[in-house]
Amino acid sequence: MKTRTDLPVQTGTPASASTPGRKARAPRSRRSGGAASGLFTSLSHVALAVWALLVVVPIVWTFVAAFKTNAEIFGDAWTLPETWYFDAWGRAWSDANIGRYLINSVGVVAVSTFLTMLLGAMAAYVLARYEFRGNRVVYFMFVSGMMFPVFLALVPLFKVVQNLGVHNTYQGLILVYVAYSLPFTIFFLTAFFRTLPTSVAEAAFIDGAGHVRTFFQIMMPMAKPGLVSITIFNVIGQWNQYLLPIIIVPADQNKWVLPQAIATISTQAGYEQDWPALMAALSMAILPVIIVYVIFQRQIQAGLTAGAVK
Amino acid sequence: MRQGRLPFIVGFLAIPVILYAVFVIGPYIQAFQIALTEWNGYKAPEFIGLQNFRDLFEDEAFTSALKHHLWILITLPLATLVIALFFSFLLNVGGGSGKNGTMTGVRFSGFYKVVFFLPQVLAIAILGVLFQSVYRPTESGMINGLLGKVGIAPVQFLNDPKIALWSIIGVVVWQSVGFYVVLFSAGMSSIPKDVFEAAALDGAGRFTLFFRVTLPLLWDTLQVGWIYLGIAAFDMFAIVQVLSVDQGGPDNSTTVVALEIYRQVFRYSELGYASAMGVVLFFMTLTFAALTLRVTRRERIEY
Repeated sequence: MKTRTDLPVQTGTPASASTPGRKARAPRSRRSGGAASGLFTSLSHVALAVWALLVVVPIVWTFVAAFKTNAEIFGDAWTLPETWYFDAWGRAWSDANIGRYLINSVGVVAVSTFLTMLLGAMAAYVLARYEFRGNRVVYFMFVSGMMFPVFLALVPLFKVVQNLGVHNTYQGLILVYVAYSLPFTIFFLTAFFRTLPTSVAEAAFIDGAGHVRTFFQIMMPMAKPGLVSITIFNVIGQWNQYLLPIIIVPADQNKWVLPQAIATISTQAGYEQDWPALMAALSMAILPVIIVYVIFQRQIQAGLTAGAVK
Repeated sequence: MRQGRLPFIVGFLAIPVILYAVFVIGPYIQAFQIALTEWNGYKAPEFIGLQNFRDLFEDEAFTSALKHHLWILITLPLATLVIALFFSFLLNVGGGSGKNGTMTGVRFSGFYKVVFFLPQVLAIAILGVLFQSVYRPTESGMINGLLGKVGIAPVQFLNDPKIALWSIIGVVVWQSVGFYVVLFSAGMSSIPKDVFEAAALDGAGRFTLFFRVTLPLLWDTLQVGWIYLGIAAFDMFAIVQVLSVDQGGPDNSTTVVALEIYRQVFRYSELGYASAMGVVLFFMTLTFAALTLRVTRRERIEY
């Protein structure tokens, strides 16, 4: 800990109350406990506020830069635009095709996450609830996939995609997304299905429901909390993918997905590039994610940290 | 309910297993074979034994990539976890002690958590583009613009081979801290309050509480965090490719194994050699995970 490790916390000596200069920068902190405790709280707020600024400022700066001119972007970083030009946003949308990449990303992720969840839940349910020879083998085959670095598979994967004729197609990208999302999805959902009570499914069997119907009408609704967490996990993971798109759909610009497009445009950019438009494109890639995040932050935090808490 | 059981099992498992076998398991196994060959992707692969692995260790780009991983492996988890622990301590205990010795978080702790976590939902490739503006070497860069105002000469964050790697690690730390703040906060709030109350009654101060009570109870979570960040340290592909000058430069000072693999495949068509790098990467990841689990193993504290 960087701050005052020797601070007497519980006692709160009155002497340290008379150091108001230290607290000047602390925003709106109220001293609740003793005086030392109050000082500590103030310093806490300073540290926390500094990090919050470190997170927010680069993002806000990018939004503002989208309204600047090229010359302003290469001038002093900390001036506001003389006039707020909106046309970079238009150029990013139409000339740089950000609208198209956004739609591509939405389409690919919608299909691949749906398939991941469907296939993952089916496999996990069977592995969690049915005893059969080879159950453990199949389960460990899936789970071991979490340990391998994707880069080990890069060459053969590239060849498989080419041989199946799905290189530079969305089918190829979606199939690969699904395949590489299965290990964690199955790992998590198998554990989840195991926690659900068996009695409901047994009652459904007695009432004459088949295995398939029991799965879709009884077990899937019961597993909803787990399914929601992992859906969020997969949506964000697949939305943010960079490596898989650049090896599977590199050639056809019209098929690029958003992170791939932004990164490729920027790495090719020189000083003659339309920087305000690039900043606008970057903002357009970031804004929807921030809006979705702010609305669903609780679920998103739970979904992304789901793998790490037991 | 035994009828139709086998067809059901087979029916539900068939598609996921085939998909997974074709795109994941198959390639992983083939990679080990390809690593023993010389192959440009068109002619038939030629078996050359362990020659690729011998070449690897004379490959300067590759050996400097290995060295970088070692640095990243030490600094990335350490910096991220220390900062995250510090903030989750402030958020959960920093509000001072309540009436009965219970610890309270600072005000707005919910707000801070939302903000801190934000970079985690953004693509690392996109953050790479964003940080080009942060690190630009003139007054037009966010950091150098500020330094210029207090009369400090511009720092060559990405152009100076001595600091380029640290600048890139900084972005990953910046992105990851929020995730671990949320994770640790969840861990801290799941520790029963009476544990703290009992310690506080025995006269433990805020810092004693943190180091002697909270930290040991968070050990499992810390271990998970260390493994996650360690695995991330063996990747780093997107951020290095997007942010560094000349993709891994200057002078290979920021290159990583993943980037070398990518380069061998898509620039030089050395598919066998690239797979050999992949095999080395795999064994490094495996060794790291096994070592971490062994070294950090402790008696689990039940509560």
